[in-house]
Amino acid sequence: MALLLVLLDHYAIVEETIMDFNLDKKHEMARALFQEFAENEVKPLAQEVDETEAFPVATVKNMAACGFLGIPVPKEYGGQGCDTLTYAMCVEELAKVCGTTAVIVSAHTSLCIDPIMTYGTSAQKEKYLPPLAKGEKLGAFGLTEPGAGTDAQGQQTKAVLDGDEWVLNGSKVFITNGKYADLYIIIAVTGIVEKRGKPLKEISAFIVEKGTPGFTFGTKEKKMGIRGSATYELIFTDCRIPKENLLGVQGKGFGIAMHTLDGGRIGIAAQALGLAEGALARTVEYVKERKQFGRSIAQFQNTQFQLADMATKVQAAQMLVYRAAKAKEQGGSYSTEAAMAKLYAAEIAMEVTTKAVQLHGGYGYIREYEVERMMRDAKITEIYEGTSEVQRMVISADLLK
Amino acid sequence: MKIVVCIKQVPDTKGGVQFNPDGTLNRKAMLAIMNPDDKAGLEAALRLRDQYGAEVTVITMGLPKAKDVLIEAMAMGADKAILITDRVLGGADTWATSTTLAGALRNLEYDLIMTGRQAIDGDTAQVGPQISEHLGIPVISYAQKLDIAGGYVIVQRQYEDGYHVLKAKMPCLITALAELNKPRYMTPGGIFDACEAEITTYNRGHLIDVDDANLGLTGSPTKIARASDKVKKGSGEQVNLDPEASVAYILEKLTEKHII
Repeated sequence: MALLLVLLDHYAIVEETIMDFNLDKKHEMARALFQEFAENEVKPLAQEVDETEAFPVATVKNMAACGFLGIPVPKEYGGQGCDTLTYAMCVEELAKVCGTTAVIVSAHTSLCIDPIMTYGTSAQKEKYLPPLAKGEKLGAFGLTEPGAGTDAQGQQTKAVLDGDEWVLNGSKVFITNGKYADLYIIIAVTGIVEKRGKPLKEISAFIVEKGTPGFTFGTKEKKMGIRGSATYELIFTDCRIPKENLLGVQGKGFGIAMHTLDGGRIGIAAQALGLAEGALARTVEYVKERKQFGRSIAQFQNTQFQLADMATKVQAAQMLVYRAAKAKEQGGSYSTEAAMAKLYAAEIAMEVTTKAVQLHGGYGYIREYEVERMMRDAKITEIYEGTSEVQRMVISADLLK
Repeated sequence: MKIVVCIKQVPDTKGGVQFNPDGTLNRKAMLAIMNPDDKAGLEAALRLRDQYGAEVTVITMGLPKAKDVLIEAMAMGADKAILITDRVLGGADTWATSTTLAGALRNLEYDLIMTGRQAIDGDTAQVGPQISEHLGIPVISYAQKLDIAGGYVIVQRQYEDGYHVLKAKMPCLITALAELNKPRYMTPGGIFDACEAEITTYNRGHLIDVDDANLGLTGSPTKIARASDKVKKGSGEQVNLDPEASVAYILEKLTEKHII
């Protein structure tokens, strides 16, 4: 009897923490806010942002004024004091209309603010979080190098302590928000340590401010999608930063980077989800209007079945993304949840946007129709912040440990 | 400075209007929003607070679900919220509404009362000025610009062909046009706080100096005979005639309809 009660109790907890997908009033209101903002302020600019590859500076300012750049940051640091789910919903709603705008918020929040919140000293938090949370300053994160993407141990950028300063040398590539960001979390090698008899790179994390002598920007990448987001090379040439800008413990940079990417994957999963939802919504409108053989193409069973599959997958992706956001909020490890959400949402984003283009026929291939842009924007979600293959590695590593 | 903003939850008429069989509005079938002119009044109050410092209280009369519009106002930045709700207040026209709001406002301190010009469901533009009459304070309606200087408000009042600049001593009441400003968005943190915030509820017992005969349906002199949605215009008639024949044709039609 006692065992049964314990079991029942256990199920009750599981039920409450994992199965409750009903959003409460404040999350519903937040979604309505993000939707209204996205429709009025972001959607009208999306096509131009894509065409001109111009970083949407005015939109970023606008989002800052509405508090969108500090959603999960506690109020004491100038943030909104909301949770990860609210942040994910913001990225999702923005991505429904503009993949570029969504990733700017995601990189800023997940990759710059989050590691400072998690690993920063009180002095670092007091100095850097308020301007980031209020959107007065924009954040970015630099891990990837020409020879080190997924394999973080391949890092070449070095940081050497010289008196009271760290001296950085090396370069980072594919950095989202590059040049436009004011603060960068930079991962660099600070020495060699021996582990199980093998020499291993000691990796650390740093906070680097734009404008520091020796920190410059290389070429801007021309991309397939999310073309308005600024993707730059960062170059460090004897760049001296104060000793106190080391983030977290020296030698723990790899863990910091991996933990940061876990959180970032929730943001990218939300972006992928939004792209899929946006493409599905446009397609539902289109198939009702488009007539072939004397009737709307919505009346063909092929269209109906395609839409049904798309909608089901979108719904499943949303559950995975929200579940990962809730798991992060509850503390503890959420690597697997985040990897599953990112893997699935990215893959269905590619699938749904591709089907959306197909259902639009020739018009889907024309830039005037949003699904064309959404399909190009979706591809990157399978690649950045860990490719789909890396997500599978993370998930299976958890299974086989 | 203390500012009270009167706001109303109205059905969103963007997607058309739905009626009950008895001719009254089917509010359940329509999305509820904050009346746009009222939202401009709230924004004006919040801007005055940002600039000069003030306490902004929002007040509404309605069903318990009208609380939503107060939560929205608080998520935009209002400091306090009051819901006036009571069965005896139901079915109120502009007279009964202004009597109720004035009765509630007599509980509060205020330097400025903001209302919207008119609500998109009734379009009367009467409640704001009526409140000022009940309370015996000046009113400036149709404000398209607003500022404060040393205990006075300076308002641009819109006219068809221009505007008047009026100055009034506070306390006074101003009715705002939607053109007054672009209201701010709520903030996510504002939403979280507003959902937890306390909302003061008033009932009939809280209304000061009002007679029951002036409240609710029985206290409403307005009787609605019939209501209808905008009547769609037909596509009209097109004729292709030379100028002289056209003039004759038009004159004939105008005479036929007794216009001339």
